Amino acid sequence: MTTTAPREQKATGRRKLWGHQNRTLWFWVFVGPFLLGLGVFTYIPLGWSVYLSFFDAHNTVTPDDFVGLGNYTDMLRNEAFTDSLWTFLVFSLFIVPATYALSLALALMVHRQRRAQAFFRSVFFLPAACSYVVAALIWKMSIFNGVRFGLANTVLGWFGGDQIAWLSTTDPPWYWAVIVTVRLWLQAGFYMVLFLAGLQRISPTLYEAAAVDGARPGWQVFRHITFPQLRATSVAVVLLLVINAFQAFDEFYNLLSDSRGYPPYARPPLVYLYYTALGQGQNLGLGSAGAVLLALIIAVVTVGQAKWFGLGRKEAE
Amino acid sequence: MTISRRGLLGAGAALGLLTGCGSNTGRDDGGSGNGPKLSQWYHQYGEQGTEQAVKKYAAAYKKANVTVQWRPGNYDEQTAAALLTDSGPDVFEVNGPSLDQIQGKQVADLTELFDGVKDDFNPAVLAPKTYDGRIWGIPQVVDMQMLYYRKSLLADAGVQPPKTLDELVDAAKKLTSKKTKGLFLGNDGGAGVLGGTPLYAAGLELVTADGKVGFDDPAAARALGKIHRLYADKSLLLGAPADWSDPSAFVQGLTAMQWSGLWALPTVQKELGDDFGVLPFPKDGSAGKPSVPVGAYAAAVSARSKHQKAGKDFLKWLWIDSADRQEDFALAYGFHIPARMSLAKRAEKLSKGAAADAVRYTTDHGHAEPLLWTPASRSAYQDALSRIIKDGASPDDELRKVVRKVSDELGRVKKKS
Repeated sequence: MTTTAPREQKATGRRKLWGHQNRTLWFWVFVGPFLLGLGVFTYIPLGWSVYLSFFDAHNTVTPDDFVGLGNYTDMLRNEAFTDSLWTFLVFSLFIVPATYALSLALALMVHRQRRAQAFFRSVFFLPAACSYVVAALIWKMSIFNGVRFGLANTVLGWFGGDQIAWLSTTDPPWYWAVIVTVRLWLQAGFYMVLFLAGLQRISPTLYEAAAVDGARPGWQVFRHITFPQLRATSVAVVLLLVINAFQAFDEFYNLLSDSRGYPPYARPPLVYLYYTALGQGQNLGLGSAGAVLLALIIAVVTVGQAKWFGLGRKEAE
Repeated sequence: MTISRRGLLGAGAALGLLTGCGSNTGRDDGGSGNGPKLSQWYHQYGEQGTEQAVKKYAAAYKKANVTVQWRPGNYDEQTAAALLTDSGPDVFEVNGPSLDQIQGKQVADLTELFDGVKDDFNPAVLAPKTYDGRIWGIPQVVDMQMLYYRKSLLADAGVQPPKTLDELVDAAKKLTSKKTKGLFLGNDGGAGVLGGTPLYAAGLELVTADGKVGFDDPAAARALGKIHRLYADKSLLLGAPADWSDPSAFVQGLTAMQWSGLWALPTVQKELGDDFGVLPFPKDGSAGKPSVPVGAYAAAVSARSKHQKAGKDFLKWLWIDSADRQEDFALAYGFHIPARMSLAKRAEKLSKGAAADAVRYTTDHGHAEPLLWTPASRSAYQDALSRIIKDGASPDDELRKVVRKVSDELGRVKKKS
């Protein structure tokens, strides 16, 4: 007895620590590394960035010149930063409705397709697997270059049109056509799949009931049955599209930058902050202040949008 | 085959260790010398044979084990970030070093290496490597840019090689046809590559010798307004598949004149024979003078290197004592002017034709971006230039904003010194 009692106590202590059937232990074994990674690669840099934003941190990540809110006021007064926010706004106004409409149209087309549905679904989805960098370079160098043998200019030439310097003309701002089409091509297929999933969840009995009530197939059925039934999917899609638009970097950078820099037009916030903090300027304090401001703007816009669309309200009720 | 839970965890842990050790500083492989291991970084040159050449130089050095890293991509950003950590290079070439890098004590003082040879380095490129009387980088080669023009196309249009900015604007217009544009200043219309060149052509400077803004003058707005005229006249080639640094647009006949670098000369010569000439950027106004931008990548030693002394010894051997290697690097692969004037003078390839003109322009009209011209000043100016050229923004208003920004920057860096 005297020898078994401590062993039992030890076993009970271990059970408390590791949990029933070592579940706590295995929880930490599996979740721990990811949690550690999240801490080391996300939360510590995030905290460090907030810390840097209060210092004059040119070419250093361990600054000692405290400037308080100086970097924030500099960034908010900085015309280039505020211009970059306008660029984002214009880009969102183009890309969000355009992608929404195109992906919904593709989903409706593919959904109604009786033959080779899987084939068309794959064809439209495939661009989503292409890298933004590669697509941007194809758009820039082959399709929308500004000389006579670029694809777009060749087509224009067939109809007697003049050559257009697509990425170098600000009046009219043709570069938007290049930026928007490359992103449309890349992401419409992905959102089409989300809408397809939404369409497949609509009960056929609703369509049958509508037919019995005399609803005409086509626009009337779409407006009164399909579209309202896709509300949850639409809210998620719009939310994702806006967040993705905020994160736009790859196609802008690869379409418009060169070895000497980046033009001031069509420069979204991430590109501007990249040049400020990580470019030759290496102003890590100012760049961090911009990143914090941008994070706050994204948070406010996302929460505002979610409230406006009533995201999660139905579930709560 | 089934994998046990323990086996899976073991493999995961091993993978974690492997990925954790993925940082390659370039110190552990290659190199043939004895002594400390040195990591040397270069940006990826477009010229064939350069990589093999620098590896050959490194292998020939016996007092240290030098490993070369040839780095593609955004090299300036890579080195700037690497200098913040201990895993960066010991010695590296740098498009600078910038004033912030010097003031931030990221690069080592190399002044002592120049004993007895300082006067032999081209002063135009040595000055931007000098701060507070100390030298922070060894200029490797001198690069310069100039205007290439196609003699036959100018003759067909009855146009003389332009000697003033007004003549350049007129010539570009006359040379523009359905198939060929008059002038190529880069796909952005010149905002990036021209930099301060039009200001120097108008008799002004970016920063004066006493550290003040050098273009707070109506002549600056006048000169930049003329660059906009080139754009408004539709005389500029825009959207070429290869940008200004590549002579493709010029040799393919897409443009009659192109702004490019000396490095493009061998290609242009090969493709066009004698059917081309070179010019400096033409002067503007009575106080103006022709202008040619020059620059130099410098070899520097990282202040974080544990082998600073060995790094300095290696750079002295390579870029100061080894005259043959400097000449080989400048002229055997691409086409650059050696940074040492004695080497530039004796170089056979630079003694005649367009190459000799280029060397003369560099000596007579060369100007480098001053050290006080910080990246923040440069981007503010480039943004303004882009708006002036493409959007037709008022040069006066735009330059007023730039002058304010540059004054702030000059105040900031002076406060630090």
